[in-house]
Amino acid sequence: MAEMMYWEAIRRAQDEELARDPLVIVMGEDVGVAGGTYKATQGLYDKYGPERVIDTPISENSFTGLGIGASFLGVRPIIEIMSVNFAWLALDQIANSAAKVRYMSGGQLTAPVVIRSPGGTAHQLGAQHSARMEKVFMGIAGLRVVTPSNPRQAYGLIKSAVRCNDPVFINEHELMYNMKGEVPDGEYFHPLEGSEIARPGRDVTLFGYNISVHWCLQAAEVLSKQHGIEAEVVDLYALSPLDREGIRNSVTRTHRAVVVEEAEAPVGVGAEVIAIINEECFFELDAAPVRVSARNVPIPYNRRLEKAAIPNAGDVVAAVLKLFGKQ
Amino acid sequence: MNSADKKRLLREMLFARRFEERCYEAYVERKIGGFLHLYPGEEACVHGVMEAARPGYDYVITGYRDHIHAIKCGMDPKAAMAELFGKETGCSKGRGGSMHFFDVEHRFMGGYALVGGPFPLAVGMAKAIKMKGGDEIAICFLGDAANNQGTFHESLNMASLWKLPVLFVCENNLYGIGTRINRSTAVVDQYKRTCGYDIPSAWADGQDVEAVYAAAKVAVDHVRSGNGPYFLELKTYRFRGHSMSDSKSYRSKEEEQMWLARDPIIILRDRLIEAGELTMEEYQAMDAAIHDQIENEIIKFAEESPEPAVEELEKYVLAENDPYVRGGVN
Repeated sequence: MAEMMYWEAIRRAQDEELARDPLVIVMGEDVGVAGGTYKATQGLYDKYGPERVIDTPISENSFTGLGIGASFLGVRPIIEIMSVNFAWLALDQIANSAAKVRYMSGGQLTAPVVIRSPGGTAHQLGAQHSARMEKVFMGIAGLRVVTPSNPRQAYGLIKSAVRCNDPVFINEHELMYNMKGEVPDGEYFHPLEGSEIARPGRDVTLFGYNISVHWCLQAAEVLSKQHGIEAEVVDLYALSPLDREGIRNSVTRTHRAVVVEEAEAPVGVGAEVIAIINEECFFELDAAPVRVSARNVPIPYNRRLEKAAIPNAGDVVAAVLKLFGKQ
Repeated sequence: MNSADKKRLLREMLFARRFEERCYEAYVERKIGGFLHLYPGEEACVHGVMEAARPGYDYVITGYRDHIHAIKCGMDPKAAMAELFGKETGCSKGRGGSMHFFDVEHRFMGGYALVGGPFPLAVGMAKAIKMKGGDEIAICFLGDAANNQGTFHESLNMASLWKLPVLFVCENNLYGIGTRINRSTAVVDQYKRTCGYDIPSAWADGQDVEAVYAAAKVAVDHVRSGNGPYFLELKTYRFRGHSMSDSKSYRSKEEEQMWLARDPIIILRDRLIEAGELTMEEYQAMDAAIHDQIENEIIKFAEESPEPAVEELEKYVLAENDPYVRGGVN
């Protein structure tokens, strides 16, 4: 195990895959000469050249489509969309081409592309650079959606996504590239389905993904130390398909559920997870499940307003205490 | 092209016409559902271009008016009709329909329903060809209206920037659904629009298959020789509406008559008869044989084929048993 940063883990995974298979390419805005906005492709241009580490024009829909078309013939593109906000422009190619081609060709063609993109609200980037789009991608049949909460997952999810025959959207986070964590020294392939128990507990399950896993862990610490509540934190690194079994198993143990999402509540991860709980294990519940979500507003520029729009660990603690009738 | 080639082309084009006319009938009989976009009037375009290329070897992609492109690439017309009938034996196993024909074995890489969607896919295939070092080319057939999508400009830019082996064929039939080109497009001559991307281009009479072939030969040679992309505009006309729900109220009878008088099949037929290479009797026998083939082989196959099983509704959404999904390769 070596400690490395989230961006270093992403870079290492891409480096290894580029070295292994000459049909793996990396493409996106500023991924080549500039080394990537978040350094995730640093040095790869010098190592693999402009034909395989490709600086694209600012044409998100078409360079995404280009990667998809190349994948029809066996190329394995890792497409970086610089900010998830720009992925709105590429939705046609992601949803209509990549996700549907296997189905509408009766299984003849597949689009094994990896699309990586940082989402989330960072520091005062304003409404058009603060989107959380995972809910959009989760609604597209034929597309896998994963979201790493630490460097190990970031590394292992890319490794698996590159080799998987389905299109995979990897939802990263602008605030997490400098997070440190342990990554196995040898090759590691993280599953593209399932969930992980980030902290075991018996009293309540906190479901998180990506950055909200960390809010959940912080909240669990406070709940344990100050309130004697042992929260289990379940890391939903796979958002599509969601891990129905993992969700059921945890709620069956704890009988209480809080879903924590950085995105707005409507049509989101929380809504989906709670629907799964209802379908899978409603009678295990001791209290109605709740969500901790962002406020339903375009993200404001003002720092104070921005913080008020996005949930934090304190909101998670408060939601749990309310669930236990302690507040 | 020698005399035998021309006669074969005539037969292929006549077959394409009769196939599409039979689709129309089947649609009226409600054997075919959904949207149906037919090709009559434009037959010389795909036949002339693919005659200059290598069907089944070069990668072809197109929009939703895709039946004849697929067949010209080598698709079995029985699989084409079965797809339209929604059958398991169809070219997309009944999951695609008229707008989503696929035959990867013959390198027909699909029909796509979002106008302009295939542009970047074609450029991507060309990127893959270049990486793998083959001498195939990617050919993208789309209509004039697709050139008003952003993907046209974005894709041509990248194709030219990276000198990729892709031929863009614009079948300019003058109408984007029901809006005439001069009412939607500032520059009506489509071949002029590529100068912003430094892509060589030409236009040809899309009703004359020999003219299309001659222009396509130049285009295909240019692309296959590693000179980067090329854009070929074919001026043509669809004799029917955009799709089956089209009253054609937006076109004048005079305009239609003018184009109907330039039927690509009749032009080639009469030219062959005049040259003494074909008789009217031979042509009529050809037509009768096609009719027989469509009714007794193709329609029969489509009618008698089974429908997909409802139990297999979710098949093909994702790869089956992909080991990386479970991380089971560690």
